[in-house]
Amino acid sequence: MSIDIQAIPASPKTGIRHWIATHRVLATLAFLIVFPWLMPNQSVAINILIYGLYALGFNLLFGYMGMLSFGHAAFLGVGAYTAGILIAKFGVAWWLAIPAAILVSALAALAIGVLAIRSRGIYFAMVTLALSQCVYFLIYQFPLSGGENGLRGVNITEIGPAALSLSLLDPTVKYYFILCFVALALWLLSRILASPFGGIVEAIRENEARTRACGFNVERTKLITFILSGAFCGLAGALNAIHLSSVAIETLHYETSGLVVMICLLGGMGTFFGPFVGAALFMLIQDMFSLWTEHWQLYVGAVFVFLVLFFPKGVWGTLLEKLHAR
Amino acid sequence: MDGITLQLFAMQLFTGLALGAIYVLLAVGLSLIFGMLTVVNFAHGAFFMVGAYVGYSIYQYIPNFFISLMLVPLAVACVGMLAERFLVRPLYGRGIDYPLLLTFGLGYIMVEVIRILFGKQGLPVDTPELLQGSMNILIGQFPIYRLFVIAITAVVLLGLWLFIEKTSFGLIIRAGARDPQIVRILGVDIARVWLIVFGLGTGIAGLAGYLSAPMQGIAPEMGGSVLIAAFVVTVVGGMGSLAGAVVAGLLIGVVESMSVLFVPEAAKVSMFIIMAIVLLLRPQGLFGRSGLMS
Repeated sequence: MSIDIQAIPASPKTGIRHWIATHRVLATLAFLIVFPWLMPNQSVAINILIYGLYALGFNLLFGYMGMLSFGHAAFLGVGAYTAGILIAKFGVAWWLAIPAAILVSALAALAIGVLAIRSRGIYFAMVTLALSQCVYFLIYQFPLSGGENGLRGVNITEIGPAALSLSLLDPTVKYYFILCFVALALWLLSRILASPFGGIVEAIRENEARTRACGFNVERTKLITFILSGAFCGLAGALNAIHLSSVAIETLHYETSGLVVMICLLGGMGTFFGPFVGAALFMLIQDMFSLWTEHWQLYVGAVFVFLVLFFPKGVWGTLLEKLHAR
Repeated sequence: MDGITLQLFAMQLFTGLALGAIYVLLAVGLSLIFGMLTVVNFAHGAFFMVGAYVGYSIYQYIPNFFISLMLVPLAVACVGMLAERFLVRPLYGRGIDYPLLLTFGLGYIMVEVIRILFGKQGLPVDTPELLQGSMNILIGQFPIYRLFVIAITAVVLLGLWLFIEKTSFGLIIRAGARDPQIVRILGVDIARVWLIVFGLGTGIAGLAGYLSAPMQGIAPEMGGSVLIAAFVVTVVGGMGSLAGAVVAGLLIGVVESMSVLFVPEAAKVSMFIIMAIVLLLRPQGLFGRSGLMS
């Protein structure tokens, strides 16, 4: 138990920091509510929100359970295409299309997860990468997906009943519409992490063999976490389809899988707020550098390598560490 | 099935072997690096791509395919060794995910550097004159260049086998893969061995890149899909096993080209189906030792 005592910060039990630590969902939400007013434009804020949610799902698997997946683009893409096809080709309402997208991406995570968790450690990254590439080709060839050109016409302009109808063409409305889903996801993630199940998830990261020896079903926990992670990413995908009114085939590209790894590491893996910090950093670097150079990827890559070498805990993780050390 | 003659079948078999040969070269390097350093090199595809571009550049100054083919692995090995020395080495002992993440970022940078130097568009590469055309290999006419690729791969593999099995340095490599601690205690500078192995693996990847250039042209993104294929090969063959890499590489290549013939819709996913089957039946791979990954 000595480890537990060390892990608890020496900070007093009162004050703003304690409140933030115990109300992480509310603290994160409070920040995200004022966030669009801090950004250069609302479109960047929406992107950060969606990619933050994508990284949040990924972080559950990588940050909290310690399994590095290089195939999460599959779930983002499956979510986006499910919602997109339902809305654009079948005229399904958004409040049905989004849950459907979550469900289908959870099923995709089940299929990939059953295979991938058979491989341990370093294999896992390679197998998830390969299987997500398989998903890429399957969707590419799927008749309704639009193939190379991507899917267009995912148009949701009005939400709500006729009298109280809100227009999604207004970026501020769109931001807060998406924030509602992100809030739900944050709350759910917080509950998962605080539950006994969340305890097993983190125990697997710390010591898989000991967790198994304690009698916990490691395989089942891994699979369930993988599915939950995929479902979060599927939600992010569905929201992205609605945000962009289209789905690009690049959503499924393995670089999108790499992107979320970068975002998560930039922010700080295994921290609650880290994914959003990472997404904000990534999007802002991209937004700023792409103004004066088309080779912004070079700088993103260099920042990433620098962080891996010197700040493996990421920006937010390093900040937290510094605060706790004080 | 009427249109498919025995001749067509045999042709496709050889095409698959040439494709598989490229996969084998990549997977062997990947496997070698993993077996020694326990680093999964996510930049392997980028080294493959750099090899193609380095060969293309050398060819502009020395218009001799065979000389540039000799120089490419040396040049790429130097790049690889620099990367190992200054980027990967500080990460040893910090958990297995970090070198992987680092090489991923490195690959990102390498692709972008090549885009800056050579432009975003791909470039066509001519088949060297001596190797143009086709020759009769009993079953029909077959492009000479693809035969050449298969032959070079066989030579490289033979050389690698002799190097690892028959030289004293190879003995150190084999011992180091089994227990680096003991090797170090015996007075071997294991860091130097790791450096050379990383150079060897990336050099072979560069060679594979240049070999594949006349068959598919060169582009900054050419390493991506090939890297994934190499991962599939190492998973099917078994990580850290050279024999596994050879057998699985050829198998994947042949299956891919056969499915082009019989089920074109499934051509792209055929290798993943094989991987899924292997993972279900034999998670450690065809030639892998169980427990190696845990």
